[in-house]
Amino acid sequence: METGMDSIERFEYDVLVLGAGGAGLRAAIGAAQDGVRVAVICKSLLGKAHTVMAEGGVAAAMGNVDPADGWQTHFYDTMRSGHFINNYRTAEIFAKEAPDRVFELESWGALFDRTPEGKIMQRPFGAHTFRRLCHVGDRTGLELIRTLQYKGIHCGIDIFQEVTTTRLLKDGERVAGAIGYERESGRFLLWRAKAVVLATGGWGKVYKVTSNSWESTGDGAAIAYRADAELQDMEMVQFHPTGMVWPPGVRGILVTEGVRGEGGILVNAEGRRFMQDYDPKRMELSSRDVVARSIHKEVQAGRGTPHGGAWLDITHRGAEFIRRKLPNMYDQFLHLADIDITKTKFEVAPTIHYTMGGVRADPETCATNVPGLFAAGEVACGLHGANRLGGNSLSDLLVFGRRAGEAAREYAMGLTVLPGVDDGEVRLEQERVLRPFAVEAGENPYQLHAELQQVMGEHAGIARDGASLQAGLDKIMALQERAGRIGVSGSRMYNPGWHTALDVGNMLLLCEAIFRGALAREESRGAQWRTDHPDELEDFGRINFVEYRDGDTMRLKTYPVSPMPPELAALFASDVAPGLATAPAVGPAAGGRE
Amino acid sequence: MATPATVPAPQRAPKGWKLPWWVEPTATVVALGSFGLYSIWEVFFHTTGRFGNYLSPFFSPDVTAWGIHVIPAVWVVWVPLLFRASCYYYRKEYYRGFFADPAACARPERSRVYRGETRFPLSLNNLHRFMLYLAIVVILFLWDDTVRAFIFPNGFGVGLGSLIMLGNVILLSYYTFSCHAFRHLVGGGLDCFTCRARAVTRYGLWSRVSAWNSHHGQWAWISMFGVWATDVYIRLLISGVLHDPRLI
Amino acid sequence: MAQPQTMDQAAAPEAGAQQATDMTLSVFRGDATAGEEREYRVPVGPGMVVLDAVHWLQANVDSTIACRWNCKAARCGSCSADINGHPGLMCKTRLDDFVGQVVHVRPMRTFPIIKDLVTDVSWNYKVAKQIQPFTPAQPAPFVMYQRDVDRGQEFRRCIECFLCQNVCHVLREHSGMDRYFGPRFMIKIAELEMHPMDTADRVDLLAGGGGLGFCNITKCCQEVCPEHIHITDNAIIPLKERTADRYWDPIRRLFRRRRTG
Repeated sequence: METGMDSIERFEYDVLVLGAGGAGLRAAIGAAQDGVRVAVICKSLLGKAHTVMAEGGVAAAMGNVDPADGWQTHFYDTMRSGHFINNYRTAEIFAKEAPDRVFELESWGALFDRTPEGKIMQRPFGAHTFRRLCHVGDRTGLELIRTLQYKGIHCGIDIFQEVTTTRLLKDGERVAGAIGYERESGRFLLWRAKAVVLATGGWGKVYKVTSNSWESTGDGAAIAYRADAELQDMEMVQFHPTGMVWPPGVRGILVTEGVRGEGGILVNAEGRRFMQDYDPKRMELSSRDVVARSIHKEVQAGRGTPHGGAWLDITHRGAEFIRRKLPNMYDQFLHLADIDITKTKFEVAPTIHYTMGGVRADPETCATNVPGLFAAGEVACGLHGANRLGGNSLSDLLVFGRRAGEAAREYAMGLTVLPGVDDGEVRLEQERVLRPFAVEAGENPYQLHAELQQVMGEHAGIARDGASLQAGLDKIMALQERAGRIGVSGSRMYNPGWHTALDVGNMLLLCEAIFRGALAREESRGAQWRTDHPDELEDFGRINFVEYRDGDTMRLKTYPVSPMPPELAALFASDVAPGLATAPAVGPAAGGRE
Repeated sequence: MATPATVPAPQRAPKGWKLPWWVEPTATVVALGSFGLYSIWEVFFHTTGRFGNYLSPFFSPDVTAWGIHVIPAVWVVWVPLLFRASCYYYRKEYYRGFFADPAACARPERSRVYRGETRFPLSLNNLHRFMLYLAIVVILFLWDDTVRAFIFPNGFGVGLGSLIMLGNVILLSYYTFSCHAFRHLVGGGLDCFTCRARAVTRYGLWSRVSAWNSHHGQWAWISMFGVWATDVYIRLLISGVLHDPRLI
Repeated sequence: MAQPQTMDQAAAPEAGAQQATDMTLSVFRGDATAGEEREYRVPVGPGMVVLDAVHWLQANVDSTIACRWNCKAARCGSCSADINGHPGLMCKTRLDDFVGQVVHVRPMRTFPIIKDLVTDVSWNYKVAKQIQPFTPAQPAPFVMYQRDVDRGQEFRRCIECFLCQNVCHVLREHSGMDRYFGPRFMIKIAELEMHPMDTADRVDLLAGGGGLGFCNITKCCQEVCPEHIHITDNAIIPLKERTADRYWDPIRRLFRRRRTG
């Protein structure tokens, strides 16, 4: 067995960005000005982050297609879908700045689909009042990450590829850098930095049926928690209504909401367009929590498809239209499931898609409660509340990626010296990371990962109840015990077993947080559906649950949701979305509200 | 459990039978090689390609009418020959078939110095567009020949030969005007199809040529065999083996 | 207790599936210094892809088998490999295409091996830096029409799986990495050159360090592209024509001089 405690390569930066998805790259670009030295750490290769999986579009109220759209309506839709536990200020900044961030992408070379007038095309999407999603067919995330990637490599940013961060280092209260290892060689790296931006994405991999990629193991949230950052709204995990179902190998792979945005309809095994029973106004384009629950209920009632889902049908739009607007969907089903979606309907079922919860961040600067630590993108919490709107995550990355990067730069410029690093802490972390190699005949990391996914699917799925949640939490605690005895073989060179061993530790921590939040929130709101507390309760709408570290114990507390100022609250006084009162209904999603 | 075990998995569409890697380059060598040998025989061992109002494409334009009688076809065939030799599609085929560079995708190659098209003589392939200009002139002559193929001593008529020549010139036109260099010329060289008034028209042209261009390889093969067949037919008429049926 | 049925099934996806049959997977094991293929038996269910088989091996047989992957949905372009001699994505290559055969899985041949199926593709990122980025005359919003972005959008479908770089014989067989940027970066340059708002010029780069002349348009890049980008027909050949405009066309040069002079 190798030890190599002595070898550790050290670097110094002003701003260290963890994660190279949309938020991380945008943050790095925002930070890399005025001679500020910036490094980006990516867990995989540059440009492969989970952002590439985003399909439908970027939500920005630029009103290219529906001129009545404006930031107020986008704000209104976002708050409503989040069931008002989102931070209003975050949502306000978001709705106001999103269009500029999209134009910025265009200035950097992005090629969005166009309207006949030569502007950026916008498509309808679930629970957006107007047609609002700027898109490129069904590969908008790819466009976004490629644009930022090619902008970033010309900005003088150092990029560390295939490097996993395992711990944030602190100097007293303040962030002092991070430690990690190169996946290729297993070599340790240490970055001293004045400020750290977390942009590490979500933790959808805690579920088996997920649209998330390998990387979504929540490393960032876990290491932030260990560095005393607060995790908020962890119970809010989004089920995307439409994931692939069959064959088993592809189960969970995303079927973009764009299919419904472009006119796809959902029918049950009896051929009934069942959304008319759940949300007759918005039908298929209702918010994701509603559609996912509706499919679930249909399956429960015995009206599911052969493999336990619903039929999605877009054949009426014609083969040419489908191949042009949804080329990846067409290809994905043809290759992986032998289904030609231009000719036949196909099965879909809910799949884990997004984690609304995360590290609590300030609306203006994305600062966390740990000085010098900033958070943006899926790992951060505040914008989406109890349910994220489709298309809001891509604009979230851009708006708050930039804000986090710029705030980190300003913070770093305000510090004259690099915070110090405690070598003892570094040594302890190296020991922790290498521990699995020392365990003989230990637990199999893959086995534990499979078991934790099983627990999450069984006890923290779409429908939850108190007893089951408690049972799930107990199982997760038992798994945490066993995770201490994970053993791996082989060398430190590109060893997937070892990588998984470390990921499992992070995931178990987040599973615990999900259960604790879900148990405490004794109501149904957005993504959280408690069958034993089926109603949305006003009292719970005034608080966010927050998990924080107390020694080795996870504790729970609440923060009040900050109340909206009168001019924003006034937007919700009437039951009609802003802009709709003055404009006739436009687009299939028009007139929508919950 | 909502899944009855009887539900079959989606049936995998049977994957097309895959030919061994050497089939394509071998076919190229055989086809191009035998056409080349036939061409040499045709060009160097015949003094005319005319049969009545029919004219073989190997001998068009008919230089004997201009007083040149020494191996008349040589004065003509170099244009289509070089047009095809520098054609982006044929380049692929002969680099694969004759140079094994590569013989097929992901096949190991002999280790030797590789210069691609950066050095003489292969760099001359960059002059493809000039061969296109000349090939267009030849096409005009071929159309003229084709019109004449319908004019018999006793007036308008249609023989089997007239139809063969018509088919041939249509195929050659498709091949010529689906050329990559032509596609570049009509609009591919523009960065913006809307920024100037004329650019919109050129966009229309470019789209049309692009559609033809996506089948350039097919046109290349079919038109080559078309020329071959036309020539063989007229050669057989000249030698008296066949009799040309008059249809009208 | 109300339990989500959909989740339930997912936990044991093979339960409702047809009976699994076994297949033999021969996976390259080794590193930069040495290595060889090793054979494994893998149970195959309906719709399984090569990447599923490698994952099964990692979880059940040997957790040290190294392979890159991210999305398993042909979006990220991480899991490129040579499968039975053909470059392809492991997540898109179905095992039932090889029934009755041994499936040989090897790392991409063009790039240096790091370990098992993982190769060092860092050269590509170095090339990317040498290409002048998009340089618009004025900032967005632009007025651009669909017909003007169609060409660029095709090239921007690229998922950077580097299969085209892997199959390109200039790089694969002739170690041309010091002379030719490879198909991936030809479409990158084509995208920028054909952008209606771009003002930079990359034709000299193409003729020089980009090494466009080394491409002999044998189209293997186009054949392996999992995104079906017409790399040769729509990017490389048009770029060759643009280079010819400048370097091989005296007539055009004469016209241009007269127009500008």
